[in-house]
Amino acid sequence: MSAKITARDVNVFYGEKHALKAVDLDIRAHEVTALIGPSGCGKSTFLRCINRMNDLIEGARVAGALTLDGDDIYDRGVDVVQLRARVGMVFQKPNPFPKSIYDNVAYGPRIHGLARDEAELDEIVMTSLEKAGLLKEVKDRLDERGTGLSGGQQQRLCIARAIAVSPEVILMDEPCSALDPIATAKVEELIDELKRNFTIVIVTHSMQQAARVSQRTAFFHLGSVVEVGDTEQIFTNPQHTLTQGYITGRFG
Amino acid sequence: MSLVILTAVLLLLASIGYHVGRSRALAVVGGNPRLLHSLPSYHGYYVALWCGLPALLLVGAWLAFEPTVVRTLVVTTLAESLGGTTSPEQLSLLYNEVRNVASNGHTSASPAVAAAAEHYLHIRGVLFAAVVVLALSAAIAGLGLARRAITAALRTRNRVERVMDALLVAASTVAIFTTIGIVLSLLFESIRFFSAVSLGEFLFGLSWSPQMAIRADQVGSSGAFGAVPLFAGTLLVSAIALLVAVPLGLFSAIYMAEYAAPRFRSVVKPLLEVLAGIPTVVYGFFAALTVAPFLRDLGASLGLTVASESALAAGLVMGIMIIPFVSSLSDDIITAVPQSLREGAFGLGATKSETIIKVVLPAALPGIVGGVLLAASRAIGETMIVVMAAGLSANLTANPLQAVTTVTVQIVTLLVGDQEFDSPKTLAAFALGLVLFCITLVLNVIALHIVRKYREEYD
Repeated sequence: MSAKITARDVNVFYGEKHALKAVDLDIRAHEVTALIGPSGCGKSTFLRCINRMNDLIEGARVAGALTLDGDDIYDRGVDVVQLRARVGMVFQKPNPFPKSIYDNVAYGPRIHGLARDEAELDEIVMTSLEKAGLLKEVKDRLDERGTGLSGGQQQRLCIARAIAVSPEVILMDEPCSALDPIATAKVEELIDELKRNFTIVIVTHSMQQAARVSQRTAFFHLGSVVEVGDTEQIFTNPQHTLTQGYITGRFG
Repeated sequence: MSLVILTAVLLLLASIGYHVGRSRALAVVGGNPRLLHSLPSYHGYYVALWCGLPALLLVGAWLAFEPTVVRTLVVTTLAESLGGTTSPEQLSLLYNEVRNVASNGHTSASPAVAAAAEHYLHIRGVLFAAVVVLALSAAIAGLGLARRAITAALRTRNRVERVMDALLVAASTVAIFTTIGIVLSLLFESIRFFSAVSLGEFLFGLSWSPQMAIRADQVGSSGAFGAVPLFAGTLLVSAIALLVAVPLGLFSAIYMAEYAAPRFRSVVKPLLEVLAGIPTVVYGFFAALTVAPFLRDLGASLGLTVASESALAAGLVMGIMIIPFVSSLSDDIITAVPQSLREGAFGLGATKSETIIKVVLPAALPGIVGGVLLAASRAIGETMIVVMAAGLSANLTANPLQAVTTVTVQIVTLLVGDQEFDSPKTLAAFALGLVLFCITLVLNVIALHIVRKYREEYD
């Protein structure tokens, strides 16, 4: 299978701190790749490199080669705005804008001019909500504020918002850590659905979640990738003792 | 002076009481503080409060009632010695003379007054001695009784805290009662005003000329009290001020919160807030002596007639003055918009300006509106700048190049100089003050309500 995103010798520094050390990683198209590892191991940092969210952090410096479809993400000619339209993101804490549900989803298409008219915009909003599995619950109250939804609904709204821009890749930074088990199950189901159309990279602290939703898993430790492989292999037959220790709960 | 000594002695007794209470509490339990219900220091405070509080209250009561008591006593004897024929007004004058003689050592022409002065001093001396004796005995009695009341089980902490509660309540009600007092005084004087001028004429009359003649045959003997020109002037000047302050304040807030480097921000924000610290009278003469003539000359060169005191000059300078209100509050509120919202927008590929315009500002809008309303109420109540730069003539005009007058300016002119408090001219100031108070109160309530509502959303 072809690699959608490749990382070669990626290093990240936050000021003096060496947060990510010589990371090599391939992320395949139309698969869910899970990044696991103890807190502070650099998995979120790696995730935020892919859509250059680290640009927003003062003193952050990225070295090495990261490519999306073969194009260097950190090339000087890359427009960050266009990059982020291709690589969407869902955050740890649901962060709907204080606007109506409709406007939340329509935000991305509007700023990128994806719809020619109102009807097309409606169409995009409806399909995105549908794909995010939220349409049934909110179709009668699209003009209510997104912040009034429950935590799980808010997170699915954020996913709908990300889908509406039709990205190629969706990055998820612990998307279920603020949700209860039922809402988590719904989001996981959704992730499984979404991989048909999108390439998904998910950071998670839950071993079970990684095992349930992902096809490939990368184990990070102290800023380095210790082991990458098919999820099944990582969880049943880890090659590295560190990986084994982590997935069996002996540390981390 | 002796009052100072008395207070000092009482405070000293209270601090002795503290130590007495503390050591008594420890003595009661044989030096083991675990056996006490409250910490030893609470027993100390308990005794100190019993020792100091009643005595100090006594001194306070004396301070409050002494003048009335002394006056009643002195005036009664004075009236008797003068044969009971003097009127209350004369007695009041004489009493002033008595006090002057007594305290400044003037010699009086009248033997009755001289005698009364001596009487006055005598009464005061006796009263003070009585208060000293009473206060000291109250303090010592309180100390002794409280000390004796100390047992291991005595809940002194609860009692001391109850006193502290009462103290805090008293402190917070001072402001409330002052406000009520001010409103009531405004209200009563305004009612007197409205018995002379009808409410309808005051609120809807188009002409303002608050001159009351002393004799009926003088020119302009009947004043006109239509306050509409004043409200219009206030509105005009405030509107100009807001037109200046809102864009400038908001833009500088956006710049400081979203674009500026932290170091730039840490220098510029305090500098901007210095604007709020400039005395308004300085703004006033800046407006009157620099801005107004500049505008007049500029107008002349453009072929416009600009009055040398104009609404525009006052409004512009007032706008500069209230920039910090808008910018500082907006800056705080924009900074308080959660970073996660910005990241959400950036993650969708929004540019910085799209993020600010479509996500950050709408999220911050209620707070910004609150800040603007606070600035508006500040502008409406502002006095010094308009007194110096806006003029005094009550023109009913929407032309910012003309002189206008505002509610605050008229209050100042009505109350400066000699006044008689039975004339509508003077009383009009209170009616204007009442209206002004109502307007700013409503604005503040709305502003605070909006700001609070906004706070709830992200907490």
